Amino acid sequence: MINYILRRLLYVLPVLLGVNILTFVLFFVVNSPDDMARMQLGDKHVSQAAVNNWKQQRGYDLPLIWNQQENGMQAIKKTIFFEKSVGLFVFDLGISDNGRDIVADISQRMWPSLAIAIPSLIFGVLANITFALLLIFYRGSYLEFGGLFVCITLMSISGLFYIIAGQFLIGKLLALTPISGYAPGIEAFKFIILPVVIGVVSGLGSGARWYRTLFLEEAAKDYVRTAKAKGLSELQLLFKHVLKNAMVPILTGIVVILPLLFMGSLITESFFGIPGLGSYTIDAISSQDFAIVRSMVFLGSFLYIIGLLLTDISYTLVDPRVRLN
Amino acid sequence: MKGLLKTAISLWLSSLAACSDVALNNPYVHNEDQGKVIYSSFSERPKHLDPAKAYSSNEYGIIAQVYESLFQYQYLKKPYQLEPLLASSMPTVSYFDAHGVQLSGQPSASNVAYSEYVLTIKDNIQFQPHPSFNVGLHKRLPDEWDGDSLYTLPLSSRVLTVDDFIYQIKRLADPQTQSPIAGLMSNYIVGFKEFSKTQVALIDNKPQLDKVQRLQSTSMLGVKKINSTQFSIRIKGKYPQFINWLAMPFFSPMPWEADAFYSNPVLISKNITLDWFPVGTGPYFLAENNPNRRMVLSKNPNFHVEYYPSEASEQLATKGLLKDAGKRLPLTDKVIFSLEKESIPYWNKFLQGYYDASGISSDSFDQAVSFSPRGEVGLTNSMLERGIGLQTAVTTTSFYLGFNMLDEVVGGYSKKTKKLRHAISIAVDYEEYISIFQNGRGVAAQGIIPPEIFGHIEGEQGINTRVYRWQNGPQRRSIDEAKKHLVDAGYANGIDPATGESLVLYFDTMDSGPDSKARLNWLRKQLDKLNIELVVRATDYNRFQQKMRSGNAQLYMWGWNADYPDPENFMFLLYGKNSKALHGGENASNYKNPRFDALFERMSSMENTPERQKIINKMVGIVREDAPWLWGFHPKAFSLYHAWYTNANPNLMANNSTKYINIDPALRRAYQAKWNKPVYWPLLLIGLVLLLLLLPAYRIYRRIENAKAL
Repeated sequence: MINYILRRLLYVLPVLLGVNILTFVLFFVVNSPDDMARMQLGDKHVSQAAVNNWKQQRGYDLPLIWNQQENGMQAIKKTIFFEKSVGLFVFDLGISDNGRDIVADISQRMWPSLAIAIPSLIFGVLANITFALLLIFYRGSYLEFGGLFVCITLMSISGLFYIIAGQFLIGKLLALTPISGYAPGIEAFKFIILPVVIGVVSGLGSGARWYRTLFLEEAAKDYVRTAKAKGLSELQLLFKHVLKNAMVPILTGIVVILPLLFMGSLITESFFGIPGLGSYTIDAISSQDFAIVRSMVFLGSFLYIIGLLLTDISYTLVDPRVRLN
Repeated sequence: MKGLLKTAISLWLSSLAACSDVALNNPYVHNEDQGKVIYSSFSERPKHLDPAKAYSSNEYGIIAQVYESLFQYQYLKKPYQLEPLLASSMPTVSYFDAHGVQLSGQPSASNVAYSEYVLTIKDNIQFQPHPSFNVGLHKRLPDEWDGDSLYTLPLSSRVLTVDDFIYQIKRLADPQTQSPIAGLMSNYIVGFKEFSKTQVALIDNKPQLDKVQRLQSTSMLGVKKINSTQFSIRIKGKYPQFINWLAMPFFSPMPWEADAFYSNPVLISKNITLDWFPVGTGPYFLAENNPNRRMVLSKNPNFHVEYYPSEASEQLATKGLLKDAGKRLPLTDKVIFSLEKESIPYWNKFLQGYYDASGISSDSFDQAVSFSPRGEVGLTNSMLERGIGLQTAVTTTSFYLGFNMLDEVVGGYSKKTKKLRHAISIAVDYEEYISIFQNGRGVAAQGIIPPEIFGHIEGEQGINTRVYRWQNGPQRRSIDEAKKHLVDAGYANGIDPATGESLVLYFDTMDSGPDSKARLNWLRKQLDKLNIELVVRATDYNRFQQKMRSGNAQLYMWGWNADYPDPENFMFLLYGKNSKALHGGENASNYKNPRFDALFERMSSMENTPERQKIINKMVGIVREDAPWLWGFHPKAFSLYHAWYTNANPNLMANNSTKYINIDPALRRAYQAKWNKPVYWPLLLIGLVLLLLLLPAYRIYRRIENAKAL
């Protein structure tokens, strides 16, 4: 397994290089260094000298990918691409074009994102699995029909509506939680209740139906019929055998997103005033801050690959038949 | 972790169960409302809090409370008038000819080679307490410091000196600072450009010098220290508006210690820089700065003696704006700015009493504002019942639709192209635009100068007769008159003789989102009245800016917000030497009329006299005739504020108005308690429904468990 993990980690390098090249090309097709400078310097009284000065101070006065003024390796090294990319591979994310340390920004903003994302994931998965198992248990009854109706209804409503309606109903009419805001430490609790509840409820419809599909497939297998024939109760059957055997696809869905949790959610954080990472990349794109964009895309890709690796490893834990070779 | 969660849950549940009158939805943490606190918000984090770099209104909302300039706009006076702030008096200005001979009286601009401003500062002004004044901390920070707050470090202060003003001017010129006004100031302050060049050379040749050493090692020719309380600034030519720049945060004093302290790499790695943690003499200091969550201003214990103004017009006095006359400023202890990106939660929290003041978004306009049968603006009953007040003010901003004067079809100065522009000026009904897209919040512009700025004329004398006629107020000329202009322009019935089809014009915009679709359709319809086809060329911000810089746009929409209340700050938008395409200036229409330019050069260096008004009238007449713009509209700001929030006065030039605001915390608490009583019964109802569902669930469960195999 160690060999497998090492091999997978080595695959990371070409993938990240590819992602980095793609990000670079896409970004500079749309924005030139002059555009970036003008965006940072503002609209009023910006002279070309100020633009040149900005580019020179941030290293954007170099050619993009090939420096014709230089020879040999220097022709590659003395370029924006090389100078801005090489540090990423040792996780030196550098300074944003706005002059802020990116690692410090990320380490400050990831915690509020996690404070929302982790409970939303845990309670969401628990609620979805429980609801899905209940639907299986009551299959064929009007309770299942009612449950599916609820699921379809929940799925049909826009995510934004849950947020606005939740804020209006729970925060404003019932006055039970703050409408938006955040505080660190123990005080965070009252601020995360509402986004977590809304996150769980809004994901319940699709989540429960997805898990129901997995459980139905599992419940139709021979071993379930055998267990039933042996006299196991329906509840034992579902929670002890079906759930356990359906864990592989469930894990695929969960483990892969674990590392990405800290990247946050744009809409939730925006509406609830959560100072997380959700809008970090979007804000950077709109302010043409290439340093942040490349760092976040790089980090996102890296975490996604790590997530996939963790998924593979988790298979071996839930299914002894799986071997990583 | 488990314990922490348990404690948190029990805290919330106990408050839920025990205190039915406690506001559970209070978005602030415990004991935060001690003293007088203003609750405000920001929708995006400011880019800069360094006064040499900041140039946006959201940035000024913070830094103008922390930094002070030499002068400020009188809070209760209109028209806008400057008064000394850190200066002890208004400056004495001397004029010199090219030989350095001092000229007496008010010489004309053509005779003046230099103007010298002698500025005297007040005695014993202290900076806020700040660790940077402990010089020992510049090199090494205490090992036990956790990095959470600067204010846990040993604090100190010192008296403001003229060197701090001179140092800041040098910072403006320093290429490393990248001040947005460096280019502009290099045209005025003597030695500014040369100082910048010297700094570039020093950066290259003497990299061992730190920033403070580098800036202090050279002097700027036009900026001189006279004695411990006086210094002078020499500028090229005569430029009376220079004093308005001195009232802006750009010229706030900066202690050299701040630069030295913040150059510590430990602080930089924690994003603690001068650009984020200001050091000023103002009424507040930035006690907490998390631009992703909130910023907190606390009362500066070292703030100098300043009192609430005792004079105001009768109208303002009757509004209660002199209630706090003579009281020492600031009137509040703390200002909390919370991040609120979306307008809906902001509005709901304002209605709950958790924000003190609010603008009105289009979504909530009908909920807040009503119009009387006579068209007067008022508040709806639900707002009045809450004791909410409304203030309106026409902003010193212009939003206009411009023609590119370099364009072959709509540009140029021939009679025909003028007639085409006049026709379009009549057809595009800005009154309708304001009604549809601004909820009536705006005034159709009659010319380039907004109301409340010298040069603007109200009433019949002030209307643009090319577009309006006076009939109990300005009435837009009929579309038939526009069509006549079109005939004179050679496009009878909108037909382009070159093609035999409708004239096609192109509108360049970066406004391409779904919200703008209605606006663009409206614009198409306006030109459709003349049988002119408008093609919208929507693009992104960069491409649009590029088109404007290269002069490739035909019609475009743009806006300008006054830097200072002087007609020069608007007229220069049409000055030929400021052409965007030709000289990289702010004249986006690339308008150039030698008569206008000559008058501008005279007007810009004059004091506000009747003679200046005459020249302005001539200039306005010229540009109305040439019509390089459809003059568009001046937006009207509507502000709501709660009963406990007093002394609000829409002074659009005074960025430092927070110090005048007063709060009645007891009244706020009473209202908040009344509006935010928790309601529990729906929770019980949901619990009951779930319990009721258990009954059929149990019955079905029994049935399944007892079912027999086939």
